[in-house]
Amino acid sequence: MASKLYVGTRKGLFILARKNGGWDIDETKFLGEPVSAVYSDGQTTLAALDLGHFGPKLWRREGDGEWEEMEVPAFPKKPDDAQDDPHPWSVGRIWNINPAGKKGSFWAGTMPGGLFRSDDNGATWTLNDRLWMMPDRRKWMGVAGGEQPGLSSVLIDPEIPKKLTIGVSCAGIWQSEDGGRSWRNIGDGFDNEYMPPDQRHDPIAQDIHQIAHCRAHPEVIWCQHHSRIYRSTDYGTTWTPLENAKPSGFGFAVVAHPQDPDVAWFVPAIKDEQRFPVDAKLVVSRTRDGGKTFEVLDRGLPGRHAYDLVYRHALDVDATGMQLAFGSTSGGLWISADAGEIWTAPDCRLPPVACVRFQA
Amino acid sequence: MPTVFFTNQLARFIDAPTVVVPGKTLGGVLGNVFGDHPQLRGYILDDQGAIRRHVAVFIDGLQVSDRTELSQPVDDKSEIHIFQALSGG
Repeated sequence: MASKLYVGTRKGLFILARKNGGWDIDETKFLGEPVSAVYSDGQTTLAALDLGHFGPKLWRREGDGEWEEMEVPAFPKKPDDAQDDPHPWSVGRIWNINPAGKKGSFWAGTMPGGLFRSDDNGATWTLNDRLWMMPDRRKWMGVAGGEQPGLSSVLIDPEIPKKLTIGVSCAGIWQSEDGGRSWRNIGDGFDNEYMPPDQRHDPIAQDIHQIAHCRAHPEVIWCQHHSRIYRSTDYGTTWTPLENAKPSGFGFAVVAHPQDPDVAWFVPAIKDEQRFPVDAKLVVSRTRDGGKTFEVLDRGLPGRHAYDLVYRHALDVDATGMQLAFGSTSGGLWISADAGEIWTAPDCRLPPVACVRFQA
Repeated sequence: MPTVFFTNQLARFIDAPTVVVPGKTLGGVLGNVFGDHPQLRGYILDDQGAIRRHVAVFIDGLQVSDRTELSQPVDDKSEIHIFQALSGG
């Protein structure tokens, strides 16, 4: 079981460790600064900052050593024929950092929709220009009313690291079979309810909040879509809506059980302008039968007057599928050791939580 | 030679001392600063080399208006101040 938990917040990084059967904050770093993404494989830890004035930043730590600032993913010089590009050629935020299938290699998803790779343990980063230079990329829509699309999820097939599946808010799901040399937009079966009628089912018009796959069965992918929850059993080619989600099908985060392809967790909210828990009662929903039915898990979670929203990267499950953790926009943090049956809150009141990651 | 002063706020993240460097334009001066302090560049300029949206640059008391080409001329006595732009609160 993972023994460290990294929580990136509006005002710093909090590293929790298991102590005396519970979890407690063991270290703090970057206090006062927004932490937008974090990843740790136990040896290398990468943390991205989103400095309001001074731009995105990336820091690395090896083991328990000192933190060092790394080169930040950056776009190349914008060519003259791209002056009408609707998206800025400058990284606004590093939104997620993901393993790339071999030690020392990572993918970073950013706003505005750039995918970057590092093969030197996070020291330097290269834009995946095949994705960025696709003419269709200019059709991508911004996230949260902004001008910048956000590359929210990067899934790597554990057996075939060249097989990449990414989720974009808001531009659907894109897949590569060759390590990012070529990309295609996939996803039949989606229905984006807020789009014009003739575009509701277009794969590029889908508002993908987050996707997650079962590591042991990577052909099984779950999608927390803006309109509802979907599941695919064919690597994302076709999607089935899961209409029995409760108490709602709206939310941002999803995690999949690492071994059991029928199990996934969500943190639902009222759709879609209000965006707080249904009846202001914070719950996690779980399916254990491939999405046919959902259970509402609420033991240990606030049952009244809870207005916590959980962002895309603020829910995680460890490699055992037993430990889960999530953090909220109200600074709540809850951890479960039994697959979500019972939740406990460490003794802290955190800033708004952007991301939660167990040490891999 | 022009003198470049950085906001103390940068000291939380990176070494940004006051420096005296040659240059005939803002871009020329900053290029020489970043030659000696390469990591400082990304704090002040975006990926395209423009001044970050929430960074303000003053030359001899006047805020710089050309934020993309950095073409504003400077002289040997110029003082360049780089601040975080306060956008409310």
